Amino acid sequence: MKLSSVTESMLAGEHGPARKWAVEHQIQIGRMFDAEDMVAVSQAHMMADPESIGLAGVELVEGFAALPEEQRRVAIPMITDPRGVDLNYYDPLGQTEEMANLERRFIFACRAMGIVMTNTCINYQTVMPPVRGDHVAYGDTGVVIYSNSFCGARSNFEGGPSALAAGLTGYTPRYGLHLDENRVATKRFVIERQPEELTEWGVLGAVIGRRSGSYWEVPVIEGIERVPSSDEAKHMGAAMASYGSTPLFHIVGVTPECNSLADVNGTDLPIEKITDQDVEELRGSFGAVGEKVDVVVFAAPQLSIVEMQSVAMLCRGRKLHKDTAMLVCTPPSVYVDAKNAGFIEDIENFGARVLQGTCFYQQYAREIGEANGWTRLLSNSTKIVNILGGYGYKPALASMADCVDAAVAGEIV
Amino acid sequence: MSDILKCHAGIGGKVAGEALVANDNFSARYDLDRIKGIFSRPQHALAGQSYVDKILVLNTAKGGVATAWMLYEMVSRGMAPRALLLNSANTILAQGAALAEMPLCDRFDDGDITALIKTGDQLIVDPERGQVTVTRH
Repeated sequence: MKLSSVTESMLAGEHGPARKWAVEHQIQIGRMFDAEDMVAVSQAHMMADPESIGLAGVELVEGFAALPEEQRRVAIPMITDPRGVDLNYYDPLGQTEEMANLERRFIFACRAMGIVMTNTCINYQTVMPPVRGDHVAYGDTGVVIYSNSFCGARSNFEGGPSALAAGLTGYTPRYGLHLDENRVATKRFVIERQPEELTEWGVLGAVIGRRSGSYWEVPVIEGIERVPSSDEAKHMGAAMASYGSTPLFHIVGVTPECNSLADVNGTDLPIEKITDQDVEELRGSFGAVGEKVDVVVFAAPQLSIVEMQSVAMLCRGRKLHKDTAMLVCTPPSVYVDAKNAGFIEDIENFGARVLQGTCFYQQYAREIGEANGWTRLLSNSTKIVNILGGYGYKPALASMADCVDAAVAGEIV
Repeated sequence: MSDILKCHAGIGGKVAGEALVANDNFSARYDLDRIKGIFSRPQHALAGQSYVDKILVLNTAKGGVATAWMLYEMVSRGMAPRALLLNSANTILAQGAALAEMPLCDRFDDGDITALIKTGDQLIVDPERGQVTVTRH
């Protein structure tokens, strides 16, 4: 991979050990994916919850943070994905002081490096959406798929270490979705049933993700008659990325790189139908009507202000069942707006808890499940029910309204 | 007998070990109990099996970005696979392997790696040369 004179001098150690580490990391990735050179990126977004990074990862970042100012500061605007511990509310969840301390140490190190702790996986709704053609280094698969597909930005899935490397150098290896040839469609789907509310958009995304099945496939979708809202697009993308490791898709007439099928070289691709049965099959695998529900979770992705309003309206004047818990995850910035609007009060008077800057599956889900005796989990997120099976939960899926009804009844309705 | 399988240049140094194979996909977050060192997702083809010190041979990556940090954390506790071989890695697995210095190879010339290698085969993985030597008893 060809380096610029700047990155060459970073590799030589002239900008300190953090940037040297970053370029060395990027060279390995570039070689693996045959990148010819690097591309400048305008922003980096780092997934780094303490459950994933562990003590080893925290110590690595602390090592960088201890360097002199000019050696440790990131080179471009850099923000963070959700935290694993809401430092205002962790003991009642069964999270330990050890988990919280790991989080505190990591936050301290990030701040020293100039990383802004936005703690959000919906930065495209809340912080600074990228523009078409913008090269970025984003973590969180939901962020990447939304930014590539709906904004027309260009990012690979950049895991925490690679986003950090991009933040330190200001570049990323030019491979994958930074290149035009990898953004054309490879699979063509036609849908039969129009998705309506958020969960249906999520289920559709999941079905397509599962059929696509690899990072290197790009689905193009025909037959969608209504432009999805930002929240609907968010659920669709997050589920597709979760089930398929899919980083980009096109919807004919909706997403910016695909006014027509021909724009994404899709006209000669064989048609695969997404039938009613495909949708029902996926949804049916997460059905559990009549069963007791231990915890209802709204997260993955974090809730926008519009979703916070919807949950608040469903909660208003009602009461959570005494044997059921309900958690709502939202970014710190949305929390402030929701508080001003009275939504937090509505949700907490109901008996639920709003967590700031976390996302349920990224916050030691196994440990908090065991601490609280939670097994049967209900959510409107097709993404979260996919993830939590491996964490010892029996996840079930329902619409937002049905989730709140279940929280009142104490059983899945 | 020994076979040599050629693949794309990978990540990390040369390593030898025993294969644990399944025609299934991989995510450290979705599929593993990282404390116990076993596959924990009930639907995974390797559910209940230990991956510690094994050379994992699987189809592709799935799901989120957490694996990029998790492999490093798993190596730091000595509870990690010794190497990863896949038909097709994604960017996250490559990034995680690079941070963890865990050998990783993908894109094999002879087709489906999960069919070409059997559980229990002894492997020598050489990412720099892009080759895996398989010895079967």
